[in-house]
Amino acid sequence: MTSLLKVLLSVDFGYASIRMASPLILAALGGIFSERAGVLSLGLEGMMLSGALAGFLGSFYSGSPWVGVVYAGLAGGAVAVIYAAACITFKANQVVAAVGLNILAQGITGLVFRGAFGITQDLHQAPAFQPVAIPVLSKIPVLGPMLFNHELLVYAAFLLLPVVVFVLYRTTWGLKLRSVGENPLAADTVGVNVTRMRYTGVVISGILAGIAGSLLSIAFINTFIENITAGRGFVAFAAVIFGKWTPIGVFLSALLFGAADALQLRIQALGLPIPYQLMLLFPYLLALIALVFSGRSQSPASLGSPYDKSGRS
Amino acid sequence: MRNHVGTTIGRDQRMIQPGQTQSKRRGSGFSWRGTLAGIVTPVVAVAASLLIGSLVIAMLKVNPLVAYSYLFSGAVGNLGQLTGTITNAIPLIFAGLAVTVAFRGSIFNIGGEGQLYMGALFAILAGTMLKLPPGIHLLVALAAGAVGGLLWALIPGYLNARRGLNEVIVTILMNYIAQWFISYLVHGPIREAGWNPQSRMVAATARLPILIHGTSLHVGIILALIAAVLMHILLTRTGLGFAIRMVGSNREASRYAGINSARVVILTMCVSGALAGLAGASEMLGTRYRLLEGFSPGYGFDAIAVAMVGRTTALGTVLGALFFGALRSGATVMQSGTGLPVVAVYFIQGLIILFMIAGSSVNFFKNLAPKKEVTADDKSAKSTAVS
Repeated sequence: MTSLLKVLLSVDFGYASIRMASPLILAALGGIFSERAGVLSLGLEGMMLSGALAGFLGSFYSGSPWVGVVYAGLAGGAVAVIYAAACITFKANQVVAAVGLNILAQGITGLVFRGAFGITQDLHQAPAFQPVAIPVLSKIPVLGPMLFNHELLVYAAFLLLPVVVFVLYRTTWGLKLRSVGENPLAADTVGVNVTRMRYTGVVISGILAGIAGSLLSIAFINTFIENITAGRGFVAFAAVIFGKWTPIGVFLSALLFGAADALQLRIQALGLPIPYQLMLLFPYLLALIALVFSGRSQSPASLGSPYDKSGRS
Repeated sequence: MRNHVGTTIGRDQRMIQPGQTQSKRRGSGFSWRGTLAGIVTPVVAVAASLLIGSLVIAMLKVNPLVAYSYLFSGAVGNLGQLTGTITNAIPLIFAGLAVTVAFRGSIFNIGGEGQLYMGALFAILAGTMLKLPPGIHLLVALAAGAVGGLLWALIPGYLNARRGLNEVIVTILMNYIAQWFISYLVHGPIREAGWNPQSRMVAATARLPILIHGTSLHVGIILALIAAVLMHILLTRTGLGFAIRMVGSNREASRYAGINSARVVILTMCVSGALAGLAGASEMLGTRYRLLEGFSPGYGFDAIAVAMVGRTTALGTVLGALFFGALRSGATVMQSGTGLPVVAVYFIQGLIILFMIAGSSVNFFKNLAPKKEVTADDKSAKSTAVS
C-alpha cells in the first residue's frame, strides 16, 4: 500500500500520466466536434489506428516525424469521410457503421503494414519526436520535469483545450455546430447547412484522432505494431461521455484515464506484486466505474440520429 | 426517440433489420420480392467486398486469383477443410445469434467477445473441476457456459435499462476486462502445472463428441442449429419475441403499450449473453478442451458481421456464420500459400459491413418490393422520432 502511494506521488507517475493522457485528450477533444454535431464518435478507434500507421509510414519514408503527423491527420480525416458518408449521407445506423469502420481499419492497417514490410518479426523504427524541454519552466523542481519536458505534440494536446473551448462557445461556427447536434431541423430552418456541418465535425474528429494515433507510433514507441491503439479510441469515446460533452469535462476525463494507464505502467515497471494482467485491465475498469457513477447526463439531443429534410427523423 | 445516453435509435435508421426496408411482411404474408431483395443485398455486398479486396491484394503484388483460390480451397477443398469450416462456424452461429437477438431489440451487444470468454471460463471450470457421469457432465458444463455469458451480459443490460448507460461503450470496456481477467487466471489461479499458461484439460465426460471420425467436426453444430431454430421461434412466435421486437422498434411506445421495456431489455441481454457464452463453451468443450488466453480469433466481433450479412434473421445468421467460418479457415491457407496476412479477412469483413449498410440504405431494390403502405405504426414512429 505504501509503495502504491509512493508511485502515485512520484514525479515519474505524473510525467507518465501526462504522456499517456495526451493521445486520449487529442482524440476525445476531437470526438466532441463529432458528437456535438450529432454523430456518434465510436469510430475514433479506427481513425486513431489509421493515423498511427500513416504517421509511422510518413515518418519512415520521409525521415521527418512532422511529415508523419501530416499523413496521420490526412489518414484519420480520410477514414472519417467514409464514416461520415455512411452516417450522414447513407443515414446508416452509426453504431453498426462504426463497428464496420473499426474492423476495416484493423484490416487495412494490417495489410498495408505487412505489404510494406513483409511478414517479418523485425522491428522497423521510424524517426520519432524527441522530448523538448521548455527553457526556465523545465527547471522548476517537481513540476518542471513532470510538465515541461515532453514531445511537442504532447504540449499541443494540452494547448488544444482552450482552442476547443473558444471555437465551440465563442464563435458562430461553434454555435452552428452545436445547434446541428441539438436540433437539426431548427438549424436548417435558419439556414445552417446541416449536412456540411456534420461532415466537418466528423472530419475534424478524424484529423485529431489520426494525430493522436501518430503520437503512439512516432512519439512513444517509434514503431508500428498491429492494433497498436488497443482500445484507446474506445477509452477516448468513454471520456467524451464521462466528460458530459464539455471540453473541460472531457479533458479531465481523458487525463484521468491517462493516469490510470500510467499507473499500470509504473506498477509493472517497479515489479510490485500485482499480476500485470490485472493492471492492464485497470484503465478499462476505471472507465467503466466512472461511467456507472457519472449518472444520467444530457447528450446532444439528436446524437446518433440522421437528419432527413422531409422531417422523417 | 431517446433511449439512453449515447445512441438514439429511430425507426428510419434501423436499415438492416429484415422486413423493415423492403417489404412489410405482416398482412400480405410471404413476399418473394422482399425475400429476393433480402438475398441479393448480402450477395452484392460480399461480391463487391471481394472485388475491392482483389484490387488491394493486387497492389500488394499478389495475384488475386491465386489468393482467392487458396482461400477457396482452404475453406472447402477437401473433407478435412470443409469440416474445419463448419467447426469454425459453430461459435460464430452462437455468437451471431447473440448479436441478432439483441439487435432485434435495438440493443448493440458489442460485448460478444467478453461474454464468450466468460462462457468459456465457466464451461472450463465445470468441465475440469466437477466429477459427473457422461452426458450429465456435458450438459452441466454447457449450462455453466451459458450462465457465464449471461452474467457478463447482465451488467450492461442492467446498466442500460435502469441507469440509461450506453450499452455499446459498456460492452466494449467489458470485453477488455474479460480478456485480461482470463489472461490473469490462466497465468495464475487456474494454471495447469507445466510450461504453458493454460487451464487443465476438460474431462472426457464433458466433451462434445466428434461427429465424423478423423475430423474436428463435433456435436456443437447440431446444438448451434437447434439454437438457431429456437431463436427463430422465439422471435416470431412467442410473446417475449414480440416484446423484444416492439421494444426494439420503439422503447417509449412499448412502455405506453404496457410492456415493461426495462425488463425486456435486461431479458434480451440475458438471452444474448447466454448465446455468446455458449459460443465460448462450444469452443472449449468441442474444439480446444483447454482455456488459453486469446483463444478467440475475434469470434465476438466476427459475429457482428455475421449478423449483418444474415440480415439479423436466424437462418441468415447460420449462412453468414458458414461464410465467415470459410473465410477464416481459408485465410490461414491463403497466408501460408501467398504470404497475405490473416488480417486481410478483417479488411473484407469491414467492407462487407459497410456495403451492407450502404446497400440497405440506398435500397436498389425499391422497385422490386411491394408498394409501402403507411401504417399506424409508421405514423407513431414518425411522431416520436421528430420529438
